[in-house]
Amino acid sequence: MTTDRIERKVLLRAPRARVWRALADAQEFGAWFLVKFEGPFVPGATLHGRITRPGYEHVIMEITIETMDPERLFSYRWRPYAIDPKVDYSREPKTLVEFRLEEAGGGTLLTISESGFDAIPAERRAEAYRMNDGGWAQQAESIRSHVEHQRP
Amino acid sequence: MSSTSARRRSATDAAPVFAALGDATRLALVGRLCTAGPLSIVRLCQGTPVTRQAVTKHLHVLANAGLVRHARRGRERIWELEPDRLAEARRFLDLVSGQWDEAIGRLRGFVERPAPPRRLGRRPAAS
Repeated sequence: MTTDRIERKVLLRAPRARVWRALADAQEFGAWFLVKFEGPFVPGATLHGRITRPGYEHVIMEITIETMDPERLFSYRWRPYAIDPKVDYSREPKTLVEFRLEEAGGGTLLTISESGFDAIPAERRAEAYRMNDGGWAQQAESIRSHVEHQRP
Repeated sequence: MSSTSARRRSATDAAPVFAALGDATRLALVGRLCTAGPLSIVRLCQGTPVTRQAVTKHLHVLANAGLVRHARRGRERIWELEPDRLAEARRFLDLVSGQWDEAIGRLRGFVERPAPPRRLGRRPAAS
């Protein structure tokens, strides 16, 4: 059992070019990730984005774009769950988030992975869990209705 | 990094942990916290022939071994099991995974829905 990495595979019924745009275009990324970035995604750039999810508008997320290999790989580094404005996370290690796109029958196979969790202090992981407890449960319903509303 | 030091810590701390558990009363206390969750000292003493003072002493032995901890809730002191580091790491991953699952759901809705007709006249309207 690994505690360092998570991975999700999802088959999207959309062309690779469409999925790529939803990832690589900062505005489009923000539309589904629920964040508003100050500028475009460029390899090496560090961007700040304000979370637009209700209840989390005070949270600013910081990402550093790593790789932009069109229609193949988009990756960035960030600090997961750095959502307490009273905490200075700037000295904490970052995780690497990768989106890999592959051609698949009738759509695009998207593999999302996030790695580097073992470097994050155990205390912070526990704290994130405690902070989350209940908070996300409340959010889950509104998100579900939002997603289902958007589906064609 | 932290997981390595945690592993090292757990290895060197194994002996005190087993020593702390090598007592019928303390083992029973851990068992009760396992099944019942966090309990006050009053509840922990219920149904045991051991005095409250003795139970407190046993709990401190368990706490020194990193097996239990206490927190103040109102006027009471609540004792609970110290969560396992690995379990915490696991729960954190579940948390992040859950967020990704939600984000993927939104991404799916975003890319799979018909594109808005940005250039009118170029494309036949969706039936």
